[in-house]
Amino acid sequence: MSETRTPLVEMRGISVAFGGLKAVDDASVDLYAGEVVGLVGHNGAGKSTLIKVLSGAIGRDSGEILISGQPAAIHNPREAKNYGIETIYQTLALAENIDAASNMFLGREIVTRWGTLDDVAMEAATREVMGRLNPNFRRFKNPVRTLSGGQRQSVAIARAIHFNARILIMDEPTAALGPAETEQVRDLIRQLKKEGIGIFLISHDIHDVFDLSDRVTVMKNGRIVGTVNKAEVTTDDILSMIIAGTLPSALARRMTQEA
Amino acid sequence: MADIATTQGTAAAGDQSRRRALMNFLQATEIDTRLLGMIGALAVIWIGFHIFSGGVFLTPRNLWNLSVQTASIAVMATGMVLVIVSRNIDLSVGSMLGFIGMIMASVQAELLPQYLGFDHPLTWAITLAIGIALGALIGAAQGAVIAYLGVPAFIVTLGGLLIWRGAAWWVAFGRTIAPLDSNFQLIGGGSRGSIGELASWIVGLVACAGIVLLIANGRRQRRRFRFPLRPMWAELTLAVVGCAAVLGAVAVINSYPMPVGLARQYAEANNIPWPEGGLFIPLGIAIPVLLALGAGIVMTFIATRTRFGRYVFAIGGNPEAAELAGVNTRWIILKVFMLMGMLCAISAAISTARLNAGTNSLGTLDELYTIAAAVIGGASLGGGIGTVAGAILGALVMQSLQSGMVLMGIPSPLQNIVVGVVLVLAVWLDGLYRKRIT
Repeated sequence: MSETRTPLVEMRGISVAFGGLKAVDDASVDLYAGEVVGLVGHNGAGKSTLIKVLSGAIGRDSGEILISGQPAAIHNPREAKNYGIETIYQTLALAENIDAASNMFLGREIVTRWGTLDDVAMEAATREVMGRLNPNFRRFKNPVRTLSGGQRQSVAIARAIHFNARILIMDEPTAALGPAETEQVRDLIRQLKKEGIGIFLISHDIHDVFDLSDRVTVMKNGRIVGTVNKAEVTTDDILSMIIAGTLPSALARRMTQEA
Repeated sequence: MADIATTQGTAAAGDQSRRRALMNFLQATEIDTRLLGMIGALAVIWIGFHIFSGGVFLTPRNLWNLSVQTASIAVMATGMVLVIVSRNIDLSVGSMLGFIGMIMASVQAELLPQYLGFDHPLTWAITLAIGIALGALIGAAQGAVIAYLGVPAFIVTLGGLLIWRGAAWWVAFGRTIAPLDSNFQLIGGGSRGSIGELASWIVGLVACAGIVLLIANGRRQRRRFRFPLRPMWAELTLAVVGCAAVLGAVAVINSYPMPVGLARQYAEANNIPWPEGGLFIPLGIAIPVLLALGAGIVMTFIATRTRFGRYVFAIGGNPEAAELAGVNTRWIILKVFMLMGMLCAISAAISTARLNAGTNSLGTLDELYTIAAAVIGGASLGGGIGTVAGAILGALVMQSLQSGMVLMGIPSPLQNIVVGVVLVLAVWLDGLYRKRIT
């Protein structure tokens, strides 16, 4: 990663408090185009809250967000989408009573020249994307409620990648998937990375993160413990960061030497 | 023994293949089986009442009356569906109807005549416009409190139920305002408020053309993307059954003639000699029924073909997901209640015009009939599920029960008990049906 390039995303000094609890405390992360940054930490470490600030789902108390070096006004999901930020939420955030195409285009429907919904066009686009993601998917007319966990996940992923995202946030994208489907998602992440998309990857599976990420950011109690290049650390180093909340001594020493 | 077993076996096999054929038919035509079930239930109710009332239920006269009596609740039920689909409820519709009805009565009978004189040709239109604007305003106000101040819809509209009923009294301090503008009265479908035989047939033919166009358009759309098409026989069956149902309904309505006195007036007015056996002049479709059908078509369009409708369903399915998808959920909820208020105004016009008077008690308990109609029609109080057509059918079921029991001479306390039991039963059966299909 050459540090002279402008990062795609810079979040600086982000703080979010719920009541008296500081869910995110002065956190700064960045993300470059074509890079995968893994975000790890215990439950309640503030990972999901931090990325929800970026996706516009929660407001921040302080801090700023820069997209391609420019300050970005992100206060709601719509504004985030306008910056090319797409999110796959852990809960998937699907309306279970409507079908795959309606979910995929929710908020961004294709309309006819009369301004009415063009369901056939939306179904066609959905068939195309799903053909790439999950070729066995057939239930285009059924409400999402009737789909399996893996099928729902692919609907959520399809929604995120269809609209030419520049920045993709994936919160536990493989949690509901079997081994074969997990491998599909991993392939997809590698392919999107090649296309120059920046990806924040949140996962409780440290091996998943280690395999796919270029850099790993560790959080604990709302604070950033540190961000490390994957090539320079082992999974054990990261585990100790998660648990102890400090950089491993060897790593810390090397970093001070470099500085 | 063996013989019996074989015959039973083949009977079962025949049964199974017949069932499979039915499933294939339903699948090919993509008919909503739930709606089909409701039509079946309605048929059972009608035939039952026809038998037990000594053959007076399934007569053109009774069906014509039934259609007019259903109109007011049916109009409001088309809006209540969207309210319920969005995980809300509106308990204030009956009181809104009363208040808006009083305002419209006083506007046309006391305010406008001061400037336009009595029975001015524009009076009805101005009155209706004021009523609809007022409905939109009240609905939007309630919707704003629900959506932006976060007070539960149940509470806000329970307050509305009391507020607008009180306000209805205040408009004329409890006085009844009558008579109403003679053109406005037509909205209620009284003796002159029907469109006549020829116009009824024209409406029927236009509806048939609409059915055929819809089917053809659906086919063209699917061909655009090379999607599998429905088999031609399925399309034809749908078109034929749809058109036959429409024209059959028009034929029934058109076989109800004007009462003798009215027919005589009509004959005199049009210089038609009065024959020995009297004249058979069909009334045709009543104007309130046309209004209800129009509301049904417009609301179905809004619910299924517009972004707004899609968002209402998405909010009902998962409000958080709708919000995260960038839907302005609060604005949508406000608009749902605004629409409900406008439909209340149309119902208020129908009810006051039919009564030819404005009274402050008009529409009492209508909120419950409206909610019952929507729920019997398949709207789920959990949100996200419901159809406008179902709600109209639900209104028809409720009204059929009531008029049927009146025809049978069942005392009114018992009528209430039966309607209450049917409501609970219908929702229970619907729950069973849903569990089975998903």
